[in-house]
Amino acid sequence: MSSDAKHDYHLVDPSPWPIVGSVFSFVMMVGAVLWMNESYEGFGVLMGQPWIFIIGFVGVLFTMAGWWRDVVRESVDFGNHTPVVKLHLRYGMLLFIASEVMFFVAWFWAYFNAAIFHADVGVGAWPPAGVITLDPWHLPLLNTLILLTSGTTVTWAHHAIQIGDKKGAVQGLALTVILGLFFTAVQAYEYAHAPFTFGFNGLARLPFEDGAHMALAAGAGNFQAIYGSTFFMATGFHGAHVIIGTLFLIVCLFRAQAGQFTPERHFGFEAAAWYWHFVDVVWLFLFAAIYVWGAGSVVH
Amino acid sequence: MTPTTHDAHHDDHHGDHGHPTGWRRYVYSTNHKDIGTMYLIFAVVAGVIGGIFSMLMRVELMYPGLQVMHDPHQYNVFVTGHGLIMVFFMIMPAMIGGFGNWLVPLMIGAPDMAFPRMNNISFWLLPFSFALLVLSMFVEGDSGGMGVGGGWTLYAPLSSTFSTGPAMDFAIFSLHIAGAGSILGAINFITTIFNMRAPGMTLHKMPLFVWSILVTVWLLLLSLPVLAGAITMLLTDRNFGTAFFDPAGGGDVLLYQHLFWFFGHPEVYILILPGFGMISHIIATFSRRPVFGYLGMAYAMVAIGFIGFLVWAHHMYTVGLTVDTKAYFVFATMVIAVPTGIKVFSWIATMWGGSIDFKTPMLWAVGFVFLFTVGGLTGVVLANAGVDVVLQDTYYVVAHFHYVLSLGAVFAIFAGFYFWFPKFTGYMYSEALGKLHFYVTFVGVNLAFFPMHFLGLAGMPRRYADYPDAFAGWNYWSSIGAFIAGFGVIIFLVMCIEAFLKKRIAGDNPWGEGATTLEWTLPSPPPFHQFNELPHVK
Ligand code: HEM
Ligand SMILES: [Cu+2]
Repeated sequence: MSSDAKHDYHLVDPSPWPIVGSVFSFVMMVGAVLWMNESYEGFGVLMGQPWIFIIGFVGVLFTMAGWWRDVVRESVDFGNHTPVVKLHLRYGMLLFIASEVMFFVAWFWAYFNAAIFHADVGVGAWPPAGVITLDPWHLPLLNTLILLTSGTTVTWAHHAIQIGDKKGAVQGLALTVILGLFFTAVQAYEYAHAPFTFGFNGLARLPFEDGAHMALAAGAGNFQAIYGSTFFMATGFHGAHVIIGTLFLIVCLFRAQAGQFTPERHFGFEAAAWYWHFVDVVWLFLFAAIYVWGAGSVVH
Repeated sequence: MTPTTHDAHHDDHHGDHGHPTGWRRYVYSTNHKDIGTMYLIFAVVAGVIGGIFSMLMRVELMYPGLQVMHDPHQYNVFVTGHGLIMVFFMIMPAMIGGFGNWLVPLMIGAPDMAFPRMNNISFWLLPFSFALLVLSMFVEGDSGGMGVGGGWTLYAPLSSTFSTGPAMDFAIFSLHIAGAGSILGAINFITTIFNMRAPGMTLHKMPLFVWSILVTVWLLLLSLPVLAGAITMLLTDRNFGTAFFDPAGGGDVLLYQHLFWFFGHPEVYILILPGFGMISHIIATFSRRPVFGYLGMAYAMVAIGFIGFLVWAHHMYTVGLTVDTKAYFVFATMVIAVPTGIKVFSWIATMWGGSIDFKTPMLWAVGFVFLFTVGGLTGVVLANAGVDVVLQDTYYVVAHFHYVLSLGAVFAIFAGFYFWFPKFTGYMYSEALGKLHFYVTFVGVNLAFFPMHFLGLAGMPRRYADYPDAFAGWNYWSSIGAFIAGFGVIIFLVMCIEAFLKKRIAGDNPWGEGATTLEWTLPSPPPFHQFNELPHVK
């Protein structure tokens, strides 16, 4: 069929990955529900156990690896990525990043809702009384510098690829990956030493029976909880994106090493770089809004 | 390129490319038409299930007191399931997944979608998402009962603190998965429409259905991630001790409503915009005139999509917004009625003076214009914050959104189904059965939903299994109407079976000179890969 096609589009061969990925997503989600609901008797021994979730999660990772391996082969071995197909890939990646931006909008919305309209829900100040925050000009500043630097190293790699300098590309990418890992390590250290909790201490789900709701009824809520919730979920999702971006860059590092990027053909690298810059920009907003603007009395 | 000039390994790789057969053809599909067909079948199945739920609800509400439900919670589980199924598993898969997949490449003169393999995961995530939703009905939800009973909006704290079992977690993940599939689909459509139009087809020559899908998928791309964030907060509030929606920890229940409706209002336009596109084609075809004010029609949809992001709090007039905030949202909501009005008037102007042929698709389309307008008008009534304080959460709102959805979006789906059925299958449906389906449905849905206006104005609240005797009469008639509409669905299924049994050959273009878009230049059904040679558009 395609042999008589007079166009440059890529009519992809039938593939098992979509259905395989969907099945594993389902397994992963069912597993997550079982894992999270340990107090529920419904599914016997499976409740509170992570195993089903892990099977699903590994399956999803396996699907991604297999799927993208196919994409790389279609590009490198079969030459399916004509200019118009590359244009599609560019659009696809940019639109995906646009949707990611909107995902972060939700977390920023939650943060600003709590920080600006705190009086509406009876929280006297922001950060809430009793919350000691992290000193923005300490580790967070270091992390800002790490990410900004990684933005320059990834650009170095890009320029190297554009002039066919494989060694430079590998060096720039390796440095970027190291900086990414460094960022994650600093973030992990910061989380471990944060002077506030993740949310309620313990799970506060049953209405009006637990300490938190009793305290609210008595006129004193545990307002640390909203600080920790917005802080950890916003920065946590950012951290997850840093890890994903780092993995993406590691794949590119291997591909650069294997000589798969040429001055004309290196979209995989560009997508990783775009993603990395997006993660970088989100961090700048987090840094400005949560760490600097939202700082209270700080811990050093 | 001819096969002989093809280099060897390229050919090798494409050896089995043409016609995958058997179950693999669908399960491993990378073909927009096969995937579109799967979407349509899925939508019909989900629609029948969601329809059975609504029949159960109407049986329950036919008389005061509890009729068939164990307890009021069970009724609410059906309400919730009905809403979620119809929105996420019937209308969206039918319009965007089914018609969008089938028609966008055909209409823009492309051989397939930009990402044919990703297209298939957008589809296959859906049945698994649906399975998660069904699972949620069989595990503990709110306070001892089975399933989620919080309504399709899943408001906190009913969905957080007060829903202790795993049912809500299943529902949340169901939405996560469906949403992921839709976002991937949105990326696919935008890329396809921007980059794969045939030579000569500028944006301003693009068929209106393609315009409608373009606007729809932009709304999906930008609104769904916000819903994903909101339900993730719900999930962590429920399971990991965060306090986003819990005042005991300094959180805010209204945050959920803001996030939900920031998605939810664009979502209701997602449900109707592809219908706008289909109706424009059908009315133009059967009036044998080009659509009136083509560019105005296209940009009205763009305007609706854009303003649709700025009106969300009209669903929240009773939560205690400040007067200034309400004034803004009243104004912005009224503004949306302007481009909506442009569309309605343009459809009428298209018909005006045309030689109208009332084939089945046209009947549904004219029915759409009339009934959607009724729904739009009650929307404008509800847009007034002062009036809405009385009507919020009454059957008046239920009447409003069923006029725009069940009588608007669903009529558009049926109009499109009859219009393109000959193209998709190669067979002609039976005019007699199609018309019967239309008239029965028309009577049924109007009898079912019009009395809800009266019930709402009289103060009957939504989402209750029982009601005072004063509301008995109209509820009885509403249930009768629902059963008539349910009978209409059976006629529809019979119509489909009859068409496949009789195999009346439809021909490339059964609608004549009025049908001008590219899909009518192809055989019915089109070849496995159409447009191997791209068409040129003047
Ligand atoms: C002229 C255009 C429209 C206006 C001014 C309008 C206005 C409104 C308002 C103010 C409400 C909130 C009522 C309340 O909860 O008290 C509402 C609810 C609703 N509208 Fe519309 N609307 C319009 C068109 C549409 C369309 C085209 C659709 C979908 C196809 C739609 C679907 C809905 C739905 C589903 C709800 C109820 C959501 C819920 O509470 O569950 N509306 N509309
Ligand atoms: Cu709305």
